[in-house]
Amino acid sequence: MPPKQMKGVAKPKNTMATLKRIFSYMKEFKLQLTIVIIGILISAGASVAGTYLLKPVIDGYISPLIGQKHPDLSKFAGILFVMIAIYLCGALAAWVFSRMMLNISTKTLYKIRVDMFTKMESLPIRYFDTHTHGEIMSRYTNDADTIREMLTNSVTQFISSAITVTGVFIMMIKISWQLTLICIAVLAAVLYLIKVIGGKSGMFFKEQQKEIGKVNGYIEEMIEGQKVVKVFCHEEEAKSGFEKCNEELRQAATSANTFANILMPVMNNLSYLHYAITAIAGGIIAVNGILSLGGVVTFLQYTRQFAQPITQISQQFNAVLNALAGAERIFNLIDEEPETDDGYVTLVNAEKNEKGELTETDHHTGVWAWKHPHHDGTLTYTEVRGRVTFDDVVFGYVPEKTVLNGITLYAKPGQKIAFVGSTGAGKTTITNLINRFYDVPDGKIRYDEININKIKKADLRRSQSIVLQDTHLFTGSIKDNIRYGNLLATDEEIISAAKLANADTFIKHLPNGYDTVITGDGGNLSQGQRQLLAIARAAVADPPVLILDEATSSIDTRTESLIEKGMDRLMNGRTVFVIAHRLSTVRNSHAIMVLENGKIIERGSHDDLIKEHGRYFQLYTGMFELS
Amino acid sequence: MIKKIASCIGEYKKYTILTPVIIIGEVLMEILIPFVMAQIINVGIKGSGGVQYIVKMGLLMILMATFSLICGTLAGKYAAVAGMGLAKNLRQKLFDKVQDFSFKNVDKFSTASLVTRLTTDVTNTQNAFMMIIRTAVRAPMMMIGATIMALVTNAQLSVIFFIAIPVLGIALWLIGSHAHPRFQKMLKKYDAMNASVQENLIAIRVVKAFVREKYENEKFEASADDVRKAQLYAEKIVVLNNPIMQLVMYACITSIVWFGGQLIIGQSMDVGQLSSFISYVTQILMSLMMISFIFIMCVISRASFARIAEVLGETPDIEDGPDKDAVLKDGSIVFENVSFSYHDTADTYILSDINLEISSGETIGIIGGTGSSKTSLVQLIPRLYDTTAGNVIAGGHNVKDYTLEHLRNEVAMVLQNNVLFSGTIKDNLRWGNKNATDEEITEACKAAQAHDFIMSFPKGYDTDLGQGGVNVSGGQKQRLCIARALLKKPKIIILDDSTSAVDTATDSKIRQAFREQLSDTTTIIIAQRVSSVCDADKIIVLDDGRINGIGTHEQLLESNEIYREVYQSQQKGSDE
Repeated sequence: MPPKQMKGVAKPKNTMATLKRIFSYMKEFKLQLTIVIIGILISAGASVAGTYLLKPVIDGYISPLIGQKHPDLSKFAGILFVMIAIYLCGALAAWVFSRMMLNISTKTLYKIRVDMFTKMESLPIRYFDTHTHGEIMSRYTNDADTIREMLTNSVTQFISSAITVTGVFIMMIKISWQLTLICIAVLAAVLYLIKVIGGKSGMFFKEQQKEIGKVNGYIEEMIEGQKVVKVFCHEEEAKSGFEKCNEELRQAATSANTFANILMPVMNNLSYLHYAITAIAGGIIAVNGILSLGGVVTFLQYTRQFAQPITQISQQFNAVLNALAGAERIFNLIDEEPETDDGYVTLVNAEKNEKGELTETDHHTGVWAWKHPHHDGTLTYTEVRGRVTFDDVVFGYVPEKTVLNGITLYAKPGQKIAFVGSTGAGKTTITNLINRFYDVPDGKIRYDEININKIKKADLRRSQSIVLQDTHLFTGSIKDNIRYGNLLATDEEIISAAKLANADTFIKHLPNGYDTVITGDGGNLSQGQRQLLAIARAAVADPPVLILDEATSSIDTRTESLIEKGMDRLMNGRTVFVIAHRLSTVRNSHAIMVLENGKIIERGSHDDLIKEHGRYFQLYTGMFELS
Repeated sequence: MIKKIASCIGEYKKYTILTPVIIIGEVLMEILIPFVMAQIINVGIKGSGGVQYIVKMGLLMILMATFSLICGTLAGKYAAVAGMGLAKNLRQKLFDKVQDFSFKNVDKFSTASLVTRLTTDVTNTQNAFMMIIRTAVRAPMMMIGATIMALVTNAQLSVIFFIAIPVLGIALWLIGSHAHPRFQKMLKKYDAMNASVQENLIAIRVVKAFVREKYENEKFEASADDVRKAQLYAEKIVVLNNPIMQLVMYACITSIVWFGGQLIIGQSMDVGQLSSFISYVTQILMSLMMISFIFIMCVISRASFARIAEVLGETPDIEDGPDKDAVLKDGSIVFENVSFSYHDTADTYILSDINLEISSGETIGIIGGTGSSKTSLVQLIPRLYDTTAGNVIAGGHNVKDYTLEHLRNEVAMVLQNNVLFSGTIKDNLRWGNKNATDEEITEACKAAQAHDFIMSFPKGYDTDLGQGGVNVSGGQKQRLCIARALLKKPKIIILDDSTSAVDTATDSKIRQAFREQLSDTTTIIIAQRVSSVCDADKIIVLDDGRINGIGTHEQLLESNEIYREVYQSQQKGSDE
């Protein structure tokens, strides 16, 4: 297996490309985004203008009137109305842009999630072999959340902060270039501090992430093994083991958060320092008459206003880096190669006329045909019968290690073929190749004489039903779960499939019968009951080929013998591949293949093999272990 | 709920208190600085103070800012210490609590949800807590301080505050209280979406085998859209926060300029005071904003608090018995009219009227179909669950009398879904007995038929198993689990379908070893295969939670229909 991807706050590798890609998701919101930007402009402009107006208001409308007995306040009121209008526009714009951005961000996130899921569904099984569930899940949760956070908060704050800073800066220059020089010096100091503190905190956050990984790993292992812990009275050891890694996490987390917490007061007080220096300088300038009193007052307001957005930007900085790293992980998944499918032979409903010729129809007839278009433009139809041949198949999940070493076999339509052998012998691998969960070179596996690589994957899989060792059910009613095999199945068909699998009895005993909702992978059903449902699900699909991979391993032998008749009926007329540990399950197969180290070492019927006194005989008489 | 969480602050109480105390220093400076500012303008620029006065006051301001910086930095550090300390204590308490849980408690929460509570929920709480101790004092202090300063500066103008604060307060409160249920709804949708992703990850082979990718995509689109809508619905209230805040602030500023302007004209106020007054408005409203932010944060984290408190508040329903010194004197077991159900409220029992007597040293087999409660029956012996009615007596005392440690040290159980932990084979075996010598370990492994395959690994007993014991096959894992249980040298050992992946020959070797080496130990074997139990002293046939028959293999073949059926279903092949 390739090395698992490291979790944690990885720095984004390709910032610009990732940003571009996030914004490409927002293409369709061009108009709304324009409105957002205009809104931010207005809102930021209003706050700058509002402050700027203070100076002319004081200098031009208040100061001249000082000391008058009956001042004419109408002009003063007039300028105030202008201020009110500006402020109202600002507040309204603030609401419009944040509301609109919320719309855009939730929709964008929806699109990203759906893209991610759609891609995930199309990925080859190999991908799931090499990535843990937790790793994939965290893209839907953590990573997606950081992007949303960035879109709703950081982006607008960034833009509005940038606008405010620029606006304030221009205003400052307009009022006094001398005082602005101080501001530039302070800004340089601020940027330096952000770099130092940000760098330190990034380092500590990485450390923290590593410790979180360790603690979470410990928690998962111990809680999942909780029952074993209890049986062995191992509680105290578990507690003290946890204490150790918990304390390590605390230390790392404290350093990381200290730096994050310090950023704010540092920025804040730097702005006070700035304020004080500006006040002294401004005072001197004002006393010397270079700048008006109102000018100094306004400039000092601006110094406060200048500090705020910079503090905000610096606080958003980490969030943005995190979001970009998250986005990169998401895009990595979206960029994965999907399952390749060059197949062009499709599965169609067919009708057979008296001469035995097949014609395509659009309704269900029970007869299926492979529709095979040829290079010369002609079409041929081959009836789906379930003949499967393997011709010297060599396969490995990784190039270094072959699992199957030259498997040759054939299954005639309607035959039951069983695979027997120890874990790792390659039984499941063979069935994984028949439905192309994994691909083999051309021409090695043929289905009704057609190279399976030519058959469209969806159609190939539709022609087979598989019951896996670990039965997985979905949240939904029992009925929905059985219907999974055939979405068009009627209730009657579902019930008869359940009866076939002997599941009808226990289903009827459930509180709501077939409408009982099962949750969390069917946790409230026993393993055996779940297997019965999986068999019913396969039965309702009614395919020509059936694969049973340890399908009855959790069903006790008595129940198994009860469902035997149903199983026989299910297998009747189909090509069936059976993998079973329990030899009683495979006894009546047409052919039994004994696998060892990826090779078929014995093949034949039960009686033949028993007579042969080989490995099968040893297995059957309990002289050899299967594990 | 809050109390329970607060009690976990523990040794970090000092920092929890220190943080807001130090912040007071910072806030004081923040309030006084605008006052100094006004002095600079009034006395320094307009009045007679001159440049000298301005420099003096400016230096004072720098001093104040430096003091404020020191306070702020220290507070930031202490907040981190307190917050992370709380998180550590919470995690530890939760973990410890879960260790004390009975099986029933664990079942109630499910392992997945316990893991989330220990991870995500603790992180949420820690962040909220840090936020609270940093702002809970700061914001009100700031508000009070700024209000006092405003009153001192100009009492008349302060009337504006007393109108603005309640207006903003009510608005923010309305937003917060409306947002809460909406956020909760959103979190639920979120959970549902995550569950569907998880389900697809686990069952990807089923999805692909049945070609249901499109169907699953549509399902996911629907649930992702639900999340989107719920999020929009919840957050569209929160986005009102900022505009409303701005509106109130702007209203205050214009009113101050209007009324303050007139006061200036009437010469009862000066320009400097007006400017510092505006600073105070900003400070007051900002602190209100902060309070509302804490409020929203608490609303969002409330679900996490509740989930943590729920675990902490859970009482383990199985606790040590009263008799601290009692130990099992032998391996005898008696069931007296035992009935059992997993849920106290259920009206049907899973086990009913079980009466059973097992002498010390006997080997007992239990056979029964899927769902016949075989596992439930044996779980009552080491008190993994308690009986709903009736008594289980082991080694001479009611199992409820012993301390759990005494009981479980003598009753070893190999679970059906067994788990090995990361670490070496030896580490795992030592779970049975910390102080086991190498000889004892080898001996146990030989009895469990595990020694040979362990020795076939290049590193032998020091082979690393990896998480969940992934490096061994199913049958090997089962044998390691048996060896681990044997190391306890118990008086009673229970094998719950523990050899299902072991071949029949090895299975019989294990049983032979048990007979020879553990003749004093009561052995209970649950099995699917008749061959695993046929040589037991007694075989119990369970059907639908009741004892259907007890006897030896021969007796049952004769008298018990179920047993005969099971036997025949497994014998078909070999008879021919």
